[in-house]
Amino acid sequence: MQSNLIMISYILSAILFIVGIKRLGKVKTARQGNFLSTLGMLIAIIATLFKMDAIPLNWVMGGIVLGAIIGAYSATKVAMTAMPEMVAIFNGFGGAASALVASAELFKFLNQKDIYLQKLAETNSALSVTMITIVLSVIIGSLTFTGSFIAWGKLQGKISGQPITYPGQNIINALILIGVIIASYFFVINPDNLNAFYIILGIGLLLGILSVIPIGGADMPVVISLLNSYSGIAAASTGFVLQNQALIVSGCLVGASGIFLTNIMCKGMNRSLGNVLFSAFGKVDKSVIGSKSVVGVSIKEMSADNAAYTMQAAESVIIVPGYGMAVAQAQHEVRKLADELEREGVNVKFAVHPVAGRMPGHMNVLLAEANISYDKLFDMDEINDDFSGTDVALIIGANDVVNPAARHDESSPIYGMPILNVDHAKTTFVLKRSMNPGFAGISNELFGYENNYMVFGDAKATVSQLVETLKEN
Amino acid sequence: MELLIGLIFIAVLATFAGAELIGKIPPQLHTPLMSGSNAISGITIVGALLALGSSGDDKLLAILGFCAIVFGTINVVGGYMVTDRMLKMFRKK
Repeated sequence: MQSNLIMISYILSAILFIVGIKRLGKVKTARQGNFLSTLGMLIAIIATLFKMDAIPLNWVMGGIVLGAIIGAYSATKVAMTAMPEMVAIFNGFGGAASALVASAELFKFLNQKDIYLQKLAETNSALSVTMITIVLSVIIGSLTFTGSFIAWGKLQGKISGQPITYPGQNIINALILIGVIIASYFFVINPDNLNAFYIILGIGLLLGILSVIPIGGADMPVVISLLNSYSGIAAASTGFVLQNQALIVSGCLVGASGIFLTNIMCKGMNRSLGNVLFSAFGKVDKSVIGSKSVVGVSIKEMSADNAAYTMQAAESVIIVPGYGMAVAQAQHEVRKLADELEREGVNVKFAVHPVAGRMPGHMNVLLAEANISYDKLFDMDEINDDFSGTDVALIIGANDVVNPAARHDESSPIYGMPILNVDHAKTTFVLKRSMNPGFAGISNELFGYENNYMVFGDAKATVSQLVETLKEN
Repeated sequence: MELLIGLIFIAVLATFAGAELIGKIPPQLHTPLMSGSNAISGITIVGALLALGSSGDDKLLAILGFCAIVFGTINVVGGYMVTDRMLKMFRKK
């Protein structure tokens, strides 16, 4: 009877997860959706307490309290700009947890083989299935763990954002892959072979590092989304190890929705997932930079004051935020600027490229934090035709997503990526710290355009300067 | 074997459900969605509890289970809280 109640609780939590994800997809219901999903998790955890053979209270409470303190502290303290890294880290811990649970199950089997085999026999289950799923959990869980930390390091700038490549990379990766298949085979036919298990674990950890370092920093959002999907798959395979429905359903939900989200993000860049993962995109090709560099082109500079006067006289301004705005924490200043311009009777809109920032929706989150109403934010498809009728496009710390080379320069690494048509506006202002190329390491031909003016300086300082000038006049 | 087939059955259905849930989601919600579904993958905490519950006197199992609970809880609590923090900001003026 009790096991039926547990199953019913699991069904309830699965429903809450599904409805929760569904509601997360609409702005109005998103918060409620997240709450429903939290409730589902709580129900699953409480039901599981009744399923446990014994509850070692110190360990359970200690683990939950410690984890909750660390999780809550990081979630509260993290700056909105560092959100993508935070999600990556949380995700990495989820992957590690799955790998740990699968490993624990293996040691449980090795300790009490007779009891374990008897249990499997009761349900007519094959030991090899358990071992295969343990291998999957351990590989996927551990590669999610290390991969997430590499993604974190790249976004934090602790590891170079440039793709890291070395000779024979593909051959080495292929050899590793073959190695893990062989080790898995030997482990599954003989689970006592712990050396094979440790090799699998080691290769899993290594794969996470090796598969993320060759990917450019600009593609980290896609990587994080994909790793998110992996952590779901790891949880699902752990579910098969434990024959636990809650884990399987939730893991598959996250795994599938994660893959789809990843695909949507790739489409935003007009690239395939394979291209993102394996092409070492964004690697600075010195010869290309040399020939197409903006150095030879004359670049016009304008002071913040003059830029402010121009915008004051404009009828319409479209603000294009990018990662530079996030780094400079300029979102609050940007809202003040929008307020001032509107007070002057200027029509202000925001254009958000699907991959602006380090995560899809990254800019939306930051602008929302600064209290900018979301009906002023427009997606690329909604706003791209409006640029031609706009007086000023103000680009704050965005680079690759406004580079016209993506339209026509086949040698450019971002060729084919849909961009915001800022160059169709009468005037463009680019707020930029220096002439360094963007995160993808590509120089931007927009900077040399006839109607473009650079306003150099820290984004936050420049925007406050704009606000001051507008206020004084 | 029937149990395994049953488990595969729900896995397939859940996979399709997960795929169907995504599709008409505005880009502005992609980050919260990613972070919210990431919290759900912390469901592995259920596995961690079960592992710890069956560890008996085995110290190694207890340590593995304990670490899994800590990591899983970080994923769950941190994931949900950070998602809520982001969503709180989506307001019409």
